Amino acid sequence: MKADPSCVLTGAHYLDGNHACAEGGIAAGCKFFAGYPITPSTEIAERVSQRFPLIGGVFIQMEDELASMNAILGASWGGVKTMSCTSGPGFSLMMENFGLGIMLETPCVLVNVQRGGPSTGLPTLPGQADMMQARWGSHGDYEVIALAPDSPQESFELVIHAFNLSEKYRMPVLVMTDECVGHMTEKVVIPPAEEIELLERRYTDKKPGEAWPYDPSEDGISPMLPVGKGYKFHVTGLTHDNRGYPVINAEAQEWNVRRLMDKVNKHVDDIIWLVEKDIEDAEVVVLAYGISSRVVQPAIARARTEGIKVGQIKMVTVWPFPEKRVRELAEKVKAMIMVEMNYGQVFLEMDRCIAGKCRSRLVGHAGGTVHNPFDVYNAIKEAVK
Amino acid sequence: MATTEIRITGFGGQGIILCGYIIGKAASIYSNQHATLTQSFGPEARGSACSAQVVISDTRVLYPYVTAPKVMLALSHDGYVTHKDTMAGDCILVYEKDLVRLEDHGITARTFGIPATRIAEDLGRKIVLNIVMLGFFGAVTGLIPRDALRQAVETSVPVGTEELNLNAFDKGYEYGLKLAGKAESKV
Repeated sequence: MKADPSCVLTGAHYLDGNHACAEGGIAAGCKFFAGYPITPSTEIAERVSQRFPLIGGVFIQMEDELASMNAILGASWGGVKTMSCTSGPGFSLMMENFGLGIMLETPCVLVNVQRGGPSTGLPTLPGQADMMQARWGSHGDYEVIALAPDSPQESFELVIHAFNLSEKYRMPVLVMTDECVGHMTEKVVIPPAEEIELLERRYTDKKPGEAWPYDPSEDGISPMLPVGKGYKFHVTGLTHDNRGYPVINAEAQEWNVRRLMDKVNKHVDDIIWLVEKDIEDAEVVVLAYGISSRVVQPAIARARTEGIKVGQIKMVTVWPFPEKRVRELAEKVKAMIMVEMNYGQVFLEMDRCIAGKCRSRLVGHAGGTVHNPFDVYNAIKEAVK
Repeated sequence: MATTEIRITGFGGQGIILCGYIIGKAASIYSNQHATLTQSFGPEARGSACSAQVVISDTRVLYPYVTAPKVMLALSHDGYVTHKDTMAGDCILVYEKDLVRLEDHGITARTFGIPATRIAEDLGRKIVLNIVMLGFFGAVTGLIPRDALRQAVETSVPVGTEELNLNAFDKGYEYGLKLAGKAESKV
């Protein structure tokens, strides 16, 4: 279906990445936002709180991030699209209930505007060091989907995409932006509502009494049950059966957790989104995501003008990791370089998939500023030696 | 690829960020260029020296931060002193004449001064000094067409203050036209 024109601010705007995230959520049909302010994500909540009264949305400033995450899960089960935003310490606080969202298979979108960590770290400066927390921050086995925008324009677009993925795969989806993108102001073109394609929630077509919230389905993603329409069901973070009732044994655990894994793992080709440039003849491939995928480009361009055959993979989705593609390329190229604002998180995945087939390099630092393109250029030069 | 780095500096409350926002908006929305605005955040930016940075380019801005500005707008002495050493060799320095005392830059900079605060006071509202400065910047640098800047002013200032702000812009612009080409070179 198409976006609701009353929610879409069609036109060219000069927006920061955070405001663009808010507009993306609103355009995607989000009608419930619960959050707790934290720098550098606050502008998302601020803009939503100003816009929601005009379009009939509900905004709640909660007592903390634990409650915020729970509120968006509950409201999602209530039948609306929901989102929240946070950063660093708030992301840590949300982790337990993020896992609840995974277990309950609840569509919602969470934006983490990454700042430098650990702890309160650098509230006003960027980092990309929550990437492994995004992957493994809650306990138990599960798969996640995480997207990383490199600009305000992409923030707008990827929040919409995140909502669509969350409805399609019935799970929370993460948008892992950062302080630089969040506080950077650029032109954002918001298209007409009829050009914004939205996926609506898939509800059961069975009658009350015949359907359960976790009924097996062909694609592994169970249709949800609407509330207030006569369906009786139970949801719990405990291991459960198709009806949603707790079943505490190994068989139920295998059935339950397996579906959480499979619904992502069996659809990686649909979910993974890479933008590749100059890969055909590349001897070196630079992988990066979010703002880092942008600041590496002058370095790559300079190396290319000097005759170095270097290509780029911009990871629009970071999780699930593009394992198959990295394995393929590792057989062909001399080196792969991961550029990220941390001391090697997604690098670990790249290195694992390269499995010694080519050189594997990290250009990383502790955060606080984006990469100097010269560092990336030097790493490219070094890698082809 | 023509890229121009601009830094606007002053103290919190002078409208530094809005000034940067309008420059970026004028370039990217009203004159078909690319413009990325970043700003200093945090307690240091509240009341003391603060700055906004705009990178303008005819292609996509890939590196978002300003490292060696080709244009610096200085609205306070503190801001000027904090950032003067980052100016590129051929920088155009646009400064508030009554608030900034020029010092040795160690580089060749073309300097253009304007008593923006006094002009704003004459208009009845000191608060529009940033827009006077903006008009002046537009005239002496010629980086962004006058119309684009005016449209960006009109669509960025609080509703009801458009006329006052456009007036302030024009005053600064005209002051700049008289000075353009007559820069003093400071070494």
